[in-house]
Amino acid sequence: MSRHVDRWVTSSVAITAAIFVAAAIIGFALLPWGQPGHRFTGLWDAICSAAGLVRASPASEPVVQPGYQMTSVVVTPQMLSGASAESIGRGATLALRCTMCHGARGMSLANTPNLAGQDPIAIYKQLADFQTGARKNAIMAPVAVGLSDSDMRDLAAYYAYLPRVAAEASGPAGAPPQIVANGAPVRSVAPCGACHGTLDSKAGAGWLSGQPVVYLRAQLDAFASGARHNDIGEQMRNVARGLTHEEIGVAAEYYAKLQ
Amino acid sequence: MSNSRRMILAHFWLAFAGFGAALLLGAWQMFIRSPLSSWIGDPELYYRSVTAHGTTMAYVLPTLVAMGFGYFVAETALQRPLIGLRWAWLGFALAAVGTVTAVVPIALGRASVLYTFYPPMIGSAFYYIGVVLVVVGSWIWVALMSVNLYSWKRDNPGRPVPFAMFATVAGSYLWGWTAVGAALELLFQIIPVALGWRSTIDAGLARVFFSWTLHAIVYFWLMPTYIAYYTILPRAIGGRLYSDWMGRLAFILFLVVAMPIGAHHLFEDPQVGSGFKFVHSTFTALVSLPTLLTVFTICASVEIAARLRGGKGLLGWLGALPWDNPVMLGTAFSFIMLGFGGAGGLINMSYQLDATVHNTQWITGHFHLIFGGAIVIMYFVIAYDVWPHLTGRALASFGLMRLQLWTWFIGMIVVTFPWHYVGLLGMPRRMAYYDYNDPMLAGQAAPVIMSVIGGAILLVSGALFLIVLARGQRAPRIEPGTYRFSVAAHPPQRLPAALNGFGLWLALMVALTIVNYGFPIVHLMATPGTEVPAVLIGAG
Repeated sequence: MSRHVDRWVTSSVAITAAIFVAAAIIGFALLPWGQPGHRFTGLWDAICSAAGLVRASPASEPVVQPGYQMTSVVVTPQMLSGASAESIGRGATLALRCTMCHGARGMSLANTPNLAGQDPIAIYKQLADFQTGARKNAIMAPVAVGLSDSDMRDLAAYYAYLPRVAAEASGPAGAPPQIVANGAPVRSVAPCGACHGTLDSKAGAGWLSGQPVVYLRAQLDAFASGARHNDIGEQMRNVARGLTHEEIGVAAEYYAKLQ
Repeated sequence: MSNSRRMILAHFWLAFAGFGAALLLGAWQMFIRSPLSSWIGDPELYYRSVTAHGTTMAYVLPTLVAMGFGYFVAETALQRPLIGLRWAWLGFALAAVGTVTAVVPIALGRASVLYTFYPPMIGSAFYYIGVVLVVVGSWIWVALMSVNLYSWKRDNPGRPVPFAMFATVAGSYLWGWTAVGAALELLFQIIPVALGWRSTIDAGLARVFFSWTLHAIVYFWLMPTYIAYYTILPRAIGGRLYSDWMGRLAFILFLVVAMPIGAHHLFEDPQVGSGFKFVHSTFTALVSLPTLLTVFTICASVEIAARLRGGKGLLGWLGALPWDNPVMLGTAFSFIMLGFGGAGGLINMSYQLDATVHNTQWITGHFHLIFGGAIVIMYFVIAYDVWPHLTGRALASFGLMRLQLWTWFIGMIVVTFPWHYVGLLGMPRRMAYYDYNDPMLAGQAAPVIMSVIGGAILLVSGALFLIVLARGQRAPRIEPGTYRFSVAAHPPQRLPAALNGFGLWLALMVALTIVNYGFPIVHLMATPGTEVPAVLIGAG
């Protein structure tokens, strides 16, 4: 290489390096360290923060824990896919103890959830939450407490396997009301139908068609008041708090009628 | 028609056919979310359309135009047959198959995840595999550009590489390296989940990988446009390129600093440290340099042409320019849109100002003005300029061409200026409907309606463009003569090796990528507990 090329190499590398070093000094040291009221313990601490290192909160700031038991279920879309026939069979046996409220084949008139054809992840998650106390219910908690993890998976598989049949209250639901189809964008309320059926269904979200209107209303009220809090991202509490009583009624009645 | 011309035309036609379809979807999207239409019943249809529009406009159109134009430049600038014609056809076939593979699941509603993927949303694996095929096809082009350049250099030792080829190869290298980020994201993060092998995804890391691609891809889209500024415009208006050196420097600067700046797309993302964001912001500021160099050089070249044509005075020479020439007209429109879009870009890259416009319609306005406006209008100009040489038939509808360029320019301004405005009012992007009855939003209804009208104008303009090209295919045969690129005012006789090759600049590009991305990527990979459950969108 000629001397001419060397000059290009040295100067271009030097200019690039100088720009990087200057930007790094400003971005990693001067800006974080120079912020008025910063709470770094030293310059190195500031640099680590600017580098994006995950740091524990200072001991002086205790982590605030919620005053209730949170759900411990991590929902992934494929977590219960591919249930075996044995699993469904075991679930059918276990389900005998559920028939009093949820009906012989997952359908009843007891204003309890109709479980036939329900999303298995939703059933599994609710059972697990009843067991840990993340969701409270005087009847379900003692029923769920003795179930093993595989029992809950089997029950979920069994009820998901049962065919969805028209509920007693179902009838012509008509076009989905606006709160179901569109939500309320200005209030950051997503459409019910985006997760719970009608438009789409999302993992862990219950399939709502044919559920008793009393039950749906009660759950939305419970989310709104915070009495029910097993939605880990507060997604249902945030939605329910943003709904009017009228919208809760309209949505509940629509889903109750939907086949 | 020779086989290579047929191959180049195939690239252009596939690109423009996709463009026409995606333009229709874009206009529909603007209408359906405007106050002129009632709320769409199923927003999934809207996102399906947005995914198809974005995938086609961002991946298919510019990649195929860059490939086709690149092959054209290699043949005409180096004045020898393209090496690897069969490989070029293979690359085209991969891109075509990839396009279909990606578009079918979108049309079926199995991949409404938008073209930037947005993990943890996961669509059908076929969608991502289709995108990968398009990228692999374009990597064949990258390799062929390199092979043709080095074969020519071996046969012409010491001679300056023709500027058009130098710039094209710079663009191909930029693409080759910047596509690696999205390829890593797709192959190691998204596709394993889409195929059901894994159920969680590190969305933050995936976004960092995508940002590696996301900004430099814009400069890859820009490359044919800048090449046209330098190598087509001065010749088309009877002038000379002001400086060959300045042009080479601009493309080298793009190669080096367009790449390590993508974190400015992550300013609001918590997984990247503020220090790296600042460094990326600094290099983003630097990438305005090659654009400023280009604006200076091209304005100087245009002034040379005007004075050669008898133009006088401080600004009086502007009147002497051949404004009825579509190349002149299109470039002027492109510059105006580049000016406004570039000014908006400076706001986006400013770490603090970005918080004001983040995820608003301002951003949609910005990239439509730069890409759909400044860049795509030059794709039209390129097509008009090379069409007679590809088809061997005259392209004579100059009035129609001018009308097309005017309508595209007006339409794009009418679309994007209201978008910028409503973005400042806080209107979010990526929404299927807005509640214009709400007093907070009622004031946005009028500008949104204006932009719908702009969309309709663009639709007319896009149709005119396809009509002009289709008429060109049926025009009488002519002998178009030898295609020429612009000649510099002082054509270089000898060049320093640094301005005639890429070794130094590629080394700097890779080094800056490692310095600017290495730590955030390694840190995120090494941090446990950063995975989140995937959200399946039609992939179940």
